[in-house]
Amino acid sequence: MVNVQINGTWMQFPKGTRMIEACKEANAEVPHYCYHPKLSSPGNCRMCLVEMGMPPRLAPGQEAEKDEDGHTKISWMPRPAIACANTVANGMGIRTTGPLVEECRKGVMEFLLINHPLDCPICDQAGECRLQEFSVEHGQGESRFLETKVKKPKNVEIGPRIRLDDERCIMCSRCIRFCQEIADDDVLGFTDRGSHTVLTTHPGKQLANDYSLNTADICPVGALTSNDFRFQMRVWFLKETKSLCTSCGRGCNTLIGARENEVHRQTPRENGEVNSTWMCDSGRLNFHYLHSESRLTDPMIKSDSGHRVASWSEAHQLSAACLKACEPNQIAMVASARMTNEELFMAKRLAKELKIELIDVVTRPQDGDDLLVSKDGNPNTNGAMLILGIDEPGSKLNAIKAGIDRGEIKALLCFDENLVKAGLGEAILGKLSFLLSSHLLANSTADLANVVLPSSGFAEKRGSMVNVTGRLQRLNQAIQPPGQVMDGWEVLRDLIQSVTGSNGLYMIEDVFKLMAEDVPAFAGLSLSKIGDEGVSIMDTDEKVTLLERERERVAKGIIVG
Amino acid sequence: MAIVVKRPKLSILEKMYLPGIIKGLWITLSHAINRLRGKSKKVTMQYPEEKWDDQLPEYYRGAPALVTDEQGRERCVSCQLCEFICPPRAIKIIPGEIEKGDTWEKVEKQPATFDIDMIRCIYCGMCEEVCPEQAIYLRKDYVITGESREEMVHDKDKLYEIGGVRVGLVNKWNELK
Repeated sequence: MVNVQINGTWMQFPKGTRMIEACKEANAEVPHYCYHPKLSSPGNCRMCLVEMGMPPRLAPGQEAEKDEDGHTKISWMPRPAIACANTVANGMGIRTTGPLVEECRKGVMEFLLINHPLDCPICDQAGECRLQEFSVEHGQGESRFLETKVKKPKNVEIGPRIRLDDERCIMCSRCIRFCQEIADDDVLGFTDRGSHTVLTTHPGKQLANDYSLNTADICPVGALTSNDFRFQMRVWFLKETKSLCTSCGRGCNTLIGARENEVHRQTPRENGEVNSTWMCDSGRLNFHYLHSESRLTDPMIKSDSGHRVASWSEAHQLSAACLKACEPNQIAMVASARMTNEELFMAKRLAKELKIELIDVVTRPQDGDDLLVSKDGNPNTNGAMLILGIDEPGSKLNAIKAGIDRGEIKALLCFDENLVKAGLGEAILGKLSFLLSSHLLANSTADLANVVLPSSGFAEKRGSMVNVTGRLQRLNQAIQPPGQVMDGWEVLRDLIQSVTGSNGLYMIEDVFKLMAEDVPAFAGLSLSKIGDEGVSIMDTDEKVTLLERERERVAKGIIVG
Repeated sequence: MAIVVKRPKLSILEKMYLPGIIKGLWITLSHAINRLRGKSKKVTMQYPEEKWDDQLPEYYRGAPALVTDEQGRERCVSCQLCEFICPPRAIKIIPGEIEKGDTWEKVEKQPATFDIDMIRCIYCGMCEEVCPEQAIYLRKDYVITGESREEMVHDKDKLYEIGGVRVGLVNKWNELK
């Protein structure tokens, strides 16, 4: 530990701490653009200049001058130093206020704004733009620049999902470093010199990797913006909800930006144990289906002339009557590893009430990558295994298929899965006397089902999931579901009530409480105890290359982490 | 604490009530006679055939409207600041993109739809004040009528019809930009 004086207060920090991080801990904000804790620090934006001083070097025999607290007096350097790339030293003094620092920030801001266009009204970054913020805090109201601004390429499509506006770029190089250090796709770089410097892609190449949208997140200005979010909604209208990405087993932590029941974007949220501060483009953009035309909004019952809209109670009563008419061994259940733990638990209870033995989930193996995309396409495989008591997901599907084919299984319950796609074709499903299925979107299984229940999407419900590394994490509700759609666990609860006739549960917290008593892995936990960053509940041998590489780089002192 | 209201002391004449009525009738009658003799000016305005418009002060705040500039360009770039600031939330904008190849391609953004609900509008003028593009102005129109709620919502076409062209404003999307 070293003693450092920040704005007059002496504090202790571990050796090797960056000055900017020390200031952050001392609640002294240092404005910055190029510095990012997960990337290397080139120190090129000059915004984080602070006043720095060290104890004077003593002549032989000279006694160090002490102040009243016993610390050696600091001799302040006449020029400022950058706080992002320098580390603290014993006896060091830092000032983040005062005439020198303020003058420096004002000067840097003026330089950065010389060629910056007056694009704020059309710029997607407006509202979360560091340049706007620091310009208000540290800049001046008027420009002293009389010459013509340098013209640079605007509205350049440098990749399939990302757009570049070179006039807005302040050359912080965060995007370049991200592509080099995190995405391993070194396609961005600066060309030309001075005011004419432009960010550009390597000739003939595009910023097309699956992590390209992270560059738009870390861009402190509006130089890189997302094509998907382009002109969709001003950021100040968005209500941000902490949630999870459910597109693969990784369970990246996200913020869902929604306004008036419409999701407009998903951005990654920092979690050092799951996704660092990044997420893949495919997962990030995988929310448009929530507002799809083919969304199911009401329970439906099959009649001779196709499906008709029904009420929840009608659908539940019909299902209960049909299920009760079957023997327990004539019913099978296919749940989904895309359901939340709470929904799976209610499905398990329903199976218990009906004494169903054959339960399985559909697996979704995929290629994955070395960074974040998991080899498991289901977000909650571990949860399904824990709750439903399945040892090998997908192993009983063939038995179910054969059972239906032989006529032994007469009724099938299917939740959030398209069975036709999973291998149970129309020929097989046609042999059932009763098929109940729940879906988000209309599909071929819903066409065949006797009762179709609409399900809620990941942004429309609360719940928890267990990711591939065995971390229990929480989903939060960002928007209201359309039509008559209810939370998945409530639908299952009502179905159980129709079957048993007894009263059920009323809050998702109670479902989790029951689950914690039933499933040993969840013992002692509650929905609120999971917290925003989740808790690790089981050990899997899954390793996240991205996080390991990050830890390695932190150990070497390249990044702060 | 109770407030004691002092009642004025009325004289006998005032208490009698009748002299007041006669006095009032006399004033009305004298105005009528003066008008007939051509001694006083006409004060009644035959609304809606006659309107206030000529006498409205320069700062009058009527219906908000969108304006185009000298070159016929929509000044609004749908930054949605007016939507944000609007106290009764009367404004609803859906932003749109200017297609590549358009004369004003470099502006990139324009409203796809721009609706002001005139039932909600309180004529406060905040939208005009907040607009960074000098695109929305409160005009002097005050007769906003309609037979349904839908008719009371001014869409983009209606707003430009009211607003018209406004010249001599700051033109920041010029060639030098």
